[in-house]
Amino acid sequence: MASVFASIVQAPEDPILGVTVAYNKDPSPNKLNLGVGAYRTEEGKPLVLNVVRKAEQLLVNDLSRVKEYLPILGLAEFNKLSAKLILGDDSPAIQENRVATAQCLSGTGSLRVGAEFLAKHYHERTIYIPLPTWGNHPKVFTMAGLSVKTYRYYDPATRGLDFQGLLEDLGAAPAGAIVLLHACAHNPTGVDPTVEQWEQIRQLMRSKGLLSFFDSAYQGFASGSLDTDAQPVRMFVADGGECFIAQSYAKNMGLYGERVGALSIVCKAADVASRVESQLKLVIRPMYSNPPIHGASIAATILKNSDMYNEWKVELKAMADRIISMRKQLFDALTAKGTPGDWSHIIKQIGMFTFTGLNSDQVAFMTKEYHIYMTSDGRISMAGLSSSTVPHLADAIHAAVTRSC
Amino acid sequence: MASSVLSLASATPSASLSSHEISKGKLNLGSTSLCFSKEKTNPFIKTKSFGRVSMVVASNVSRFEGITMAPPDPILGVSEAFKADNHELKLNLGVGAYRTEELQPYVLNVVKKADQLLLEKGENREYLPIEGLAAFNKVTAELLLGADNPVIKQQKVATVQGLSGTGSLRLAAALIERYFPGAKVLISSPTWGNHKNIFNDARVPWSEYRYYDPKTVGLDFEGMISDIKAAPEGSFILLHGCAHNPTGIDPTPEQWEKIADVIQEKNHIPFFDIAYQGFASGSLDADASSVRMFVARGMEVVAAQSYSKNLGLYAERIGAINVVCSSPDAAARVKSQLKRIARPMYSNPPVHGARIVANVVGDPTLFKEWNEEMEMMAGRIKNVRQKLYDSLSSKDKSGKDWSFVLKQIGMFSFTGLNKAQCDNMTNKWHVYMTKDGRISLAGLSLAKCEYLADAIIDSYHNVS
Repeated sequence: MASVFASIVQAPEDPILGVTVAYNKDPSPNKLNLGVGAYRTEEGKPLVLNVVRKAEQLLVNDLSRVKEYLPILGLAEFNKLSAKLILGDDSPAIQENRVATAQCLSGTGSLRVGAEFLAKHYHERTIYIPLPTWGNHPKVFTMAGLSVKTYRYYDPATRGLDFQGLLEDLGAAPAGAIVLLHACAHNPTGVDPTVEQWEQIRQLMRSKGLLSFFDSAYQGFASGSLDTDAQPVRMFVADGGECFIAQSYAKNMGLYGERVGALSIVCKAADVASRVESQLKLVIRPMYSNPPIHGASIAATILKNSDMYNEWKVELKAMADRIISMRKQLFDALTAKGTPGDWSHIIKQIGMFTFTGLNSDQVAFMTKEYHIYMTSDGRISMAGLSSSTVPHLADAIHAAVTRSC
Repeated sequence: MASSVLSLASATPSASLSSHEISKGKLNLGSTSLCFSKEKTNPFIKTKSFGRVSMVVASNVSRFEGITMAPPDPILGVSEAFKADNHELKLNLGVGAYRTEELQPYVLNVVKKADQLLLEKGENREYLPIEGLAAFNKVTAELLLGADNPVIKQQKVATVQGLSGTGSLRLAAALIERYFPGAKVLISSPTWGNHKNIFNDARVPWSEYRYYDPKTVGLDFEGMISDIKAAPEGSFILLHGCAHNPTGIDPTPEQWEKIADVIQEKNHIPFFDIAYQGFASGSLDADASSVRMFVARGMEVVAAQSYSKNLGLYAERIGAINVVCSSPDAAARVKSQLKRIARPMYSNPPVHGARIVANVVGDPTLFKEWNEEMEMMAGRIKNVRQKLYDSLSSKDKSGKDWSFVLKQIGMFSFTGLNKAQCDNMTNKWHVYMTKDGRISLAGLSLAKCEYLADAIIDSYHNVS
């Protein structure tokens, strides 16, 4: 029988999530999943934070809790606490009621809702994204109705920031254009601007009236300090400017599958923020009506309770520290092996990922011969490494780099 | 020159310039002396020149100054208004959320057990696959179609976990937009208020088929069939699987057969919205009979499910989009494209609600308990309908036929009250309902039936 769906073709597997699919199929006992950015313990296991379990116990014990629909914009308490987390407790923007916040489905959902809002209400419909950026960014924006252009970011020669290129490209953008900025721990490169560079970027953006859209998926995960990792965002807000901020609690609270995040829109005035909020509801209602309660309740419980908040900071720092230690170990292993090339970028880059500089052929070789699963752009998730698996990875990199082709 | 820009900026704040107007060129800067360079000047920025370096200080005008305050959601906004009312007799019959006789929200016992179980299991919080929790997808398709349905065994069903009913409908709408360009969705008149928003935002054209007949307070069956027949071939026909929202009027089994006939005749695609499976009659299987009948005919069917009401999982946002295809190959392809739509929307769905459903439906003891709680909830609503009908009939001396209250099914009753009458319900009687005349019986207690009857009778007879 002819199907009405006859013309629908098989979509390719998602390049990032597809790595895990391929990894799962591999029977080798030596396989290593360095694909998706999900934290692993030293034993290679996923981690549910103790403070998260505590928060859940409190929620289950609270017999007054119900499962009624949240408001369209989500859990109010969570929204307030999220805005404070990224902007700072004493942020004038918050005190002046200039921040419109909506609980959204993690980072992706926050980006999508923000982009849909901009496509509907903003006069500039182009967003500038860094080259490279997270694989899902372009589709999030184009599906929302924005068009996407890139600005130079990563310099393969230095494996660092192409700062001149960045300034030139943003300088050439039309006034008012939207610019996506990774708040910290750039994904996939791990290359972040310095504080001085951030200040220059801020000035350039202000002078051109460019609208910043921050993607903050690693607050606390990059340096281990929540405040330090929020600095770039706070700098931009401090001069009274407007910006969009997408926050994710997937990594820093380990709430990946619960889909916890928030979109904050910092406006010039309180009445603007309140109108913006009302229009955000019109974007969300036809998409999923209102957001899921469970993860946001966990996050709110942790954020509002000072003991739990402190416990969280300790667990967060431990995760960040383990990753920093993996960086050091991998660097030391490659140095000890005499692997050709300068590998110092492994310890200079920050956050969950390292942009190794390996090309797709070398990556394919490492997957085939050493069962190393990673994205073809050469990105590895340091969170997926342990002291016991670093030697295997070092062997694989060494072999990939030294083999004659 | 700088001062001219300043005066422009200060002249506009209260004028609510919409960014729409600016992009249409109504604000023409190019022809005045305000333009400092060849490129378009952002009207919200005043410039000062310092020699070769231009330092632009952002003005006090927001980029979003022109944005207007959106009206409150017609359904969800009712609860907000209710909360703001301090009257002691106030009654919230707005949103379709189940309430106990004491008018309290209800968390099902099986859900409490499942929550406790999940806490004890202490499972990880890793990202679900884009298509959702496999265990959930399996049980949800089986619940809808029957565990031994041949289409399931033959792997002809593409199931993707979605964000309750809304999210599942949105995924389907996006699939239609992408793969059936120009195809229309036909929605009933009336239908759930958010349906048109979903299709509008997904850029899918829609039109209405006649459904509610105010004269009979019943189904305009001839009109429905006629409009479905008249639609361009290959349209998607949005059908409420059971407990039509907002009217509570469902086709009879014979009428369902005729609806299927005309859909097949015109090569339309049936698109079911099933938000009340189990809630209409109290039986999960009986409430799925319409969908199952279409599938049994060998038709390809799109079906969105929600567990908001029947498992009381409103805020957990758990549902699914199912596409029954004529071959496993088509199902696999459709599933892959649904994933492709979900990834740039929210990446992967929330795990908690999915685990609750999988645990309840997958465990025979919990499943049995659920069926009993389901019957209890549907039973309470049937009792409330009876009491309301009895109150209306005994209090109203005009001889008006109130039997539609008993004939309608599910959470809602379409009272037939017009907007002015609904306003009277709220303003005079503090009864909160949607302006289309819909009341949620789930929010009514036996104790309040007489009061409500008084309000309805007064509004119907004394307000036009």
